[in-house]
Parts: sequence; C-alpha cells; structure tokens
Amino acid sequence: MLWACILLPQLALDGVLRRRPPSEEPLVLVSGPAQQRVVHAANTSARAAGLYRGQRLAAAQAMLHCFAMLEYDAGDEMYWHRLLAAWAYRYSAEVGLFAHAVVLEVSRSLGLFGPWPTFEAQLRGDLAALGFRHRIALAPTPQAAYVLAGVENGIAVMTPSALRGALSPISVTHARLPGGAADALSSMGIRTLGQLLSMPRAGLQRRFGSELVLQLDRLIGEQPSQMDSYRPPDAFEQRMEWTHEIEHVEALMFPLRRLTGDLATYLAGRDGGVQRFELVLEHRSLPPTRVPVGMLAAARDAALLFDCARGRLERQALPQPVVAMQLLAPDLPPFVPAGRDLFDARPAHAMPLDQLRERLRSRLGEHAVQRLHRTVDPRPERAQTSALHIKEAPTPETRRRPSWLLDTPLPLRGPPPEILAGPERIETGWWDGGDLRRDYYVVRTAQGQCAWVYCAPGEQGAWMLHGWFA
Amino acid sequence: MGQLVALDTLIHTRQVWQGRAASLPGSSESTGWPTLDAALPTGGWPDHALTEILLPLDGIGELQLVLPTLARMTQAARNVMVIAPPYVPCVAGWEARGVVMSNVDIVQAGARDVMWAAEQCLRSGSCAAVLAWPAQADERALRRLQLAADTGRALAFVFRDHRHAVQASPAALRLELESHPAPRVRIRKCRGGNPPAQAVPLAAGWS
Repeated sequence: MLWACILLPQLALDGVLRRRPPSEEPLVLVSGPAQQRVVHAANTSARAAGLYRGQRLAAAQAMLHCFAMLEYDAGDEMYWHRLLAAWAYRYSAEVGLFAHAVVLEVSRSLGLFGPWPTFEAQLRGDLAALGFRHRIALAPTPQAAYVLAGVENGIAVMTPSALRGALSPISVTHARLPGGAADALSSMGIRTLGQLLSMPRAGLQRRFGSELVLQLDRLIGEQPSQMDSYRPPDAFEQRMEWTHEIEHVEALMFPLRRLTGDLATYLAGRDGGVQRFELVLEHRSLPPTRVPVGMLAAARDAALLFDCARGRLERQALPQPVVAMQLLAPDLPPFVPAGRDLFDARPAHAMPLDQLRERLRSRLGEHAVQRLHRTVDPRPERAQTSALHIKEAPTPETRRRPSWLLDTPLPLRGPPPEILAGPERIETGWWDGGDLRRDYYVVRTAQGQCAWVYCAPGEQGAWMLHGWFA
Repeated sequence: MGQLVALDTLIHTRQVWQGRAASLPGSSESTGWPTLDAALPTGGWPDHALTEILLPLDGIGELQLVLPTLARMTQAARNVMVIAPPYVPCVAGWEARGVVMSNVDIVQAGARDVMWAAEQCLRSGSCAAVLAWPAQADERALRRLQLAADTGRALAFVFRDHRHAVQASPAALRLELESHPAPRVRIRKCRGGNPPAQAVPLAAGWS
C-alpha cells in the first residue's frame, strides 16, 4: 500500500480567494469572539505587510490600515474539504479525510496514471487549476504521509523499510502526536521520532497511555489506520456569494466558470454526467431568478457545461443586481462517453457534434436543433416528427413524396397547372378527429416548378399547395 | 534583322514559357450529376469552400442539385446541417433520394442568426456540409463563411435569390438555376477556370 497525502495549509482562505476575481488586495479571515477577534488566515499581500495567523485583529489593523476582512466559516471550509475529496476520488477508490488534508491510496492508481513523478505532477496540476495551495507527500502508511507532508513538500518514501529512516529525524512537535505528548516528550529530552520509536513500548504505554503507542504503530504500519473514508454524495449543490452586488450578466461569467468547473470535477470523480441543472440567482429583495439549463445528453466536460450555462445566462434579463449564485444538480445520470473512430477523417481540432448542437441550442432556443423521422401515420401533416417518443416507421415510404413540405397548405396561385401525376387519394384519420379526404396530384406550374397539391376528391380545381419537388 | 530562329528550337531548348496553367487537383466531392461534374474545372464541388446557388423561385430543383451529395455523406455517417430552410424538409422525399435523416440536423434560426449558425457549424469541423438560406447576406458575411468552410474542411451551400447575381461574391462556385423552358443550371463563376458558356441541363424534381 502506498498513500499520498495532500496537505491543504490554507483551505479556508483558498476557498474564499477562488471565488473572487484575482487581485492584489490584502485579505484576511477573522475568527474568535467579538471581543477577541484574531486573524485566522491572511493572503500573500497581507502576510507581506506583516500580518500572521493568530494575531489580534487590533494589532493587524495597526500594521495595515486598509484590508478586506471576512468572517471565517468552518462550514465553508468543510465544504471545500469534501469537494477536494470528491476530486481525489477520481484517482483512487480509497480516499480518507484528515484535518486539513486528504489522503488517497495510490499503489493501484500508479498503473493507470503512470509512475509517481508523473502522477504527482498531474495531481499538482489539477490542484493549481482548482486554485488550492498544497503540499504532497507519499509514504507506505497514511499517518506517515500526513506527517511527512507537513515537514517536507514533495517527499516520496516508496518502501516500508525506508520509512523508519525517513521518519527518524522529524521533531516530535511535528509528528502530530495525540494530546500533550509532544510537549511532555520534549521536556524529557526526546526530540525526534527516531528516539521515540526506539524506546520500549511498555514504558511509553505506562507513561502516556495506549493512545500514543497506537499512534506510533499506525505511523510505521504495524496497526491499520483509522480515518473517515470518503463516499461521494448523489447530488451536487454549490453556492457563491459576494460582498458586492453584480448588476451585469457579463460579470457573472467568472463565478460561473468556477461553478461549472467544480461540477465537472465532481462529475469526473463520480464517473457520472449531468443532463439538466439549475442556476439560481439570488437578489436582495425579489424572489430568486431560476435559470434551468438542459442538454440533449448527459455531459461532464467543463467547457461544454460552461458553454451551455453561459448561453442560457446571457439571454437572461436581471430584475435586480445579483448577490449570490447557486448551482443545483439534483439528478446525475450515468455518463456514456461518445466513441470516436480511430480512423476518423475529421480535423483534429474538431468540436464534437454534441457540443456544437448545444451551442446552437443555447443561442437559438431549446427546440432550434431538430432531427426529423418518419412516423407510421399516413396523413402528410403527421407523417414526420421530431418528437423522440413517437417511434420511427419501420418500412420505407414507397409512394412519391416531395422534398419540401409546407407547414400549412396554401392556395396555389397563378394560371391552371399542368397535371403530371395523380390522383393519390388520402382518406383517413377518423380515429382522432383529424379526419381528412384529399386527392393529391403532382403538377407543373407555369413557372416550371413541380408542386405537390391537393384538392377535394374528384374536383381537379381549387388547388392547395402542400409541397415542392425541389 | 538578326538571325532567324525556328520556333521549334526555342521551345525545345525550354527558353519560352508557354503559360500553361497548372492542373487543378481533382475534387473529392462529386456533385452526383455527371454532366455538371464534367462542366466544372475540378470535376466536382470545390473542396472546403463556399458554393452559392442562386434561384429565381423556390422549388425549381435546388435540392435535386445537392441531394445526391447529401445522400453520399449521410450514408457514410457524416453529418449535415440544414439552417433556416424556407420549408420543412420532407423526410420521405429525402429518404427516397438516399439521405439518412438521422445524420441531418435541422436548425431553426432567425434572420439575424442564420449566418452566425452557419459559421459555427462550418468552423466546428464536425459537419460534412452546411446548407443555409440567409435572408440577407453581404459580401463580408459570405467571406466569413468561405473562411469557416476552409477551417472546418466542410462544404458550404448558400441559397439566395437570383437578384443577388449582380453582386460580387467570394464564393468559389456560383450556380444559377433556371426553370424556363427546362430546368438547367448555369455556372456564373468557378474557381480555377472560365465558366462554360453553355448551361447544364438538370433533371426536374419530378422525373
């Protein structure tokens, strides 16, 4: 077993930052009771000005007169933690959650994603794209990976025999030992894990209780680790809110790209797709605007989801400025990737047909792109449909039909036409009230067009134009 | 007078360039009409280019002209887009000419969106042919289609009224249909050669 630990040192701050357009403005998260506000996290420019975690807010304000301040939200942090677990789930079936960290079992993933350096680069690339700062370490046990990630970014210990050597120089204060054991051990003169591991277990157990010994056993893999293993939920929900109001739809594109990107990440991890989802735009006083987004088939490509949502959103008039946006996807159908032929002659940069159809639909309307098929109904008006639930006629039509059809028949104008063929009588439809009795002819008009016309049975006059043999 | 040189010797020493045009690469898309293929310099539709079809009236054989091509494409599971057609394509009629309708997408677009939709389809590279009926199209818009057809390696067909024949057009091929006295097609412009003076007869829609 090999475990990769992804330590997220600034989870809460990154969660806030990725929601805001990139800026150099100093920003801090604050926590604590109203009398004793302390800095919970500070971004790069705030740290450069001398602000640090745990600092009193009054002291921070004395050092820097102007910075953005947000309340730290533990629920929000937990949300991002679970989103990253969902992301890790696409690389491994065993994902565990530690405080500020995600661990995943990778020994079986290496066969699929390549050797560890390649795989690690892929993980880092993904995290950078998602906007989370991270430290990664690899070790044969999850606890050891967790400890190593805190000490050295990028370390990889591949075998259990090398593990003890890698852990030995680590200070006990960094070893994530339970309770106050670290302080007590340092005051006893035991400063490194190496010293601690070589001590007799019975004595340790007597002095510090079974918890410390158990923790050491888990560290070097003599006991299995206990952790919250992650199981993906069955629906996706995400909300973003801003401190300012957004008045124009264009300004919603940046947060929208994040939302749809997160949805795509989540879907890829779950190996699912989404066919319809909803964007909820919240206003200050009016009821929220709901923008449903539907696609022809289940999809999970980030660019496609963004394209579809953008098309719908761009046509939306905002009754009031938007203060928050939410993406709801309660129904996640299975996703079947479209197969592409190995010898496909289309150009390499070709946009998939589905994506093209979605793009057209999002600008031109839900029903703008249709495929027609023939039904078993003999009446020309109902002989073809785009509705999928009406089933296709199994046998080909043998009678001559035109190539253009008029939606509603019109009187044929001009001098009397020359009859080329006919009549073909269509007399049917008594069962559903759409009764018709017509004689159809093929005629040539004075201008040389071939037309499909009908008249009342036996009349050969008062022609109604129904199609063209174009 | 200097020395007289026989013409033959000049030609044989290859000192005179005779200005013979380089032969054009043959088209990969036959029109399906042998007489029309023979009249076109590339022997078929111009590859990855815009073809403009000018009509005096609707329903005089404009589909006859392209349906054999569409049938060949859709049977090979290549996709065809029909944008803003003036009437509804009749499935039975198209199928009778060999078109597989499950590979044909019909796009309803308003007058302002026809050119946009056509360009998107052409540029995407996932359509073999795009047929469009724009209500208004200027030279710039047609040039964009021509470029998009080249990018997406697709055939573009634009159907317009024949009063536009006097306008300049960037299309690689311009055909004008005539219905009187018999259906025939006149080549107004073709890339890579002079348009033939004779009109090419076409079978009527009902034949």
